[in-house]
Amino acid sequence: MTMLGDRQQLAYIASQAADARVNVELETEGMTLNIGPQHPATHGTLRIIARLDGEQVVWAEPSCGYMHRGYEKLAEVRTFPQVTALVNRIDWLGSFANEVPFILAAEELMGIEAPPRAQWIRTILFELSRIANVSLFLGDLGVQLGAITPVFFAFRDREYVLNLIEGATGGRFHPNFDRIGGLKDDLPAGFIDETRVVMRKMRKFCDEIEGLLFGNEIFEARTRGIGVIPRDLALQYGLSGANLRGSGVDWDLRRDQKLPMAWDKVDWKVWTHPDGDSYARCWIRLQEVRESTLIVEKLLDSLPSGPVMAKVPRIIKVPEGEAWVSTENPLGEMGYYVVSKGELGPFRVKIRSASFNNISIVPWLLKGVYVPDIITILASLYFILGDIDR
Amino acid sequence: MALGDAVEDSFEKGSDDDVDTWVRVKTSAWRDAASTLREKLDYDYFCFLSAIDWLPSPYGRGEEDPTAERAAIDSTIRQGYTGGATRMQVFARLVNHRTHHGVTLKADVPDDSLTIDSWVGVFAGANWHERETHEMFGISFAGHPDLRNMYLPTDFEGHPLRKDFPLLARIVKPWPGIVDVEPLPGGSDEEGEAE
Repeated sequence: MTMLGDRQQLAYIASQAADARVNVELETEGMTLNIGPQHPATHGTLRIIARLDGEQVVWAEPSCGYMHRGYEKLAEVRTFPQVTALVNRIDWLGSFANEVPFILAAEELMGIEAPPRAQWIRTILFELSRIANVSLFLGDLGVQLGAITPVFFAFRDREYVLNLIEGATGGRFHPNFDRIGGLKDDLPAGFIDETRVVMRKMRKFCDEIEGLLFGNEIFEARTRGIGVIPRDLALQYGLSGANLRGSGVDWDLRRDQKLPMAWDKVDWKVWTHPDGDSYARCWIRLQEVRESTLIVEKLLDSLPSGPVMAKVPRIIKVPEGEAWVSTENPLGEMGYYVVSKGELGPFRVKIRSASFNNISIVPWLLKGVYVPDIITILASLYFILGDIDR
Repeated sequence: MALGDAVEDSFEKGSDDDVDTWVRVKTSAWRDAASTLREKLDYDYFCFLSAIDWLPSPYGRGEEDPTAERAAIDSTIRQGYTGGATRMQVFARLVNHRTHHGVTLKADVPDDSLTIDSWVGVFAGANWHERETHEMFGISFAGHPDLRNMYLPTDFEGHPLRKDFPLLARIVKPWPGIVDVEPLPGGSDEEGEAE
């Protein structure tokens, strides 16, 4: 080592001192970061207020209400058949699935049951809306992580499913097809063959997404071990759907509850994942789309014949009583608590939507994560704004 | 049930293997009922919490002609399953995720104080539901850390889901309501017979 001159030594000490000073000055200061309401990662207008310390979140709170439409109040002044037009717009990507629990609750109070063919078609359309909904999630997932390609695949292939829904119901997004006692109409000619073709396409889509994302090193690095929700906390917060099954709880309302639907008539599998991280939640949704395509195919195989509408009075009055019906919607447990006073419309409807509970864990979950992970965690929780605000 | 004498009334519906249970507990036992169900009986899944305003709406269903004399509305309060004594009731649903059995818990909210214990210490997820109930019904939850508005602007006056809060859109323009009942597919247009 060469000897340093005095001047050099002094210069060295001065530079060290300067560095030390800079480090002191760089001691991080709290900063508040607003994500949204118009951020593309928020699926609508949700605002997340995050207080940061450097790159880490110390406190975060979603601010809802940008899309509150007051459906619970509006339902009180509508007749029972009119309410389906409202609830269609709660989770707008899987609309048909929103109608089903409400109609089932009204049917339970009236003591009627849809004929078998209507139950089968309901279940098929329910699963089709799940496929349409979750396939968009799978594509969108890529965008949130900076991969552009998957979303094009998703929009391309979702269109086939929407065409099927449109063919059967007349509406791409808001079918308003479910009626108390059955369905508005039977399936159109050619629906069954076309559906089989589309289900094969959707499985191919799942393979493509799996190849693009789920083996990808960047994807794994950004999702594995990020946003871990322990099983007990998931239950406490009332998380449902893939978020709950991603934390290792083996619970699917389609299997574990008795409803006049056709899920228990065919064999299928409930997927769970023990990890509870973002990856687990995304992976389960991918498997569920695959499983749904299989459920649809099996239901088409066993589709019974007969009427699609039970005998119901022309003017529907629902007897006095209270009913709670929930189903496993694309986003999780969606339920309606319907109170009827024997009038034309409900006295009170409590809408229990999946995303409201799913997102209520965000203040806890975002504590201590790094800024880029906010987006992946929100994406993996998967919410739809209409489903939070109602 | 392990709830003991906290239970005011209970109600069951459904057949043996698919039964739905309603339990109304004393106001003072609201929080203890939740922790008993959670700790002792394993009802560990918090589904939702909300409230019901049992006052019949003084505005009717908004289907009347607004220029006509308004018919008198019977304002007797009639509670639903498991009865009750107050206008406001809170209700919540807990599920045992192993047996898949669900319980709807109800409790009266005293008319004068409109306050009931908070569940936040038992189920962390009750936080948002109680905030929503607070702004929509004006019910306070003792022990809730932060009862800010969830949806409404901070300075909003009134509690929209109370029955005496008018739905102005309906008062300004009544809904055609019953007129647009759609005919049944395939069936005749005659009146179906009621059961």
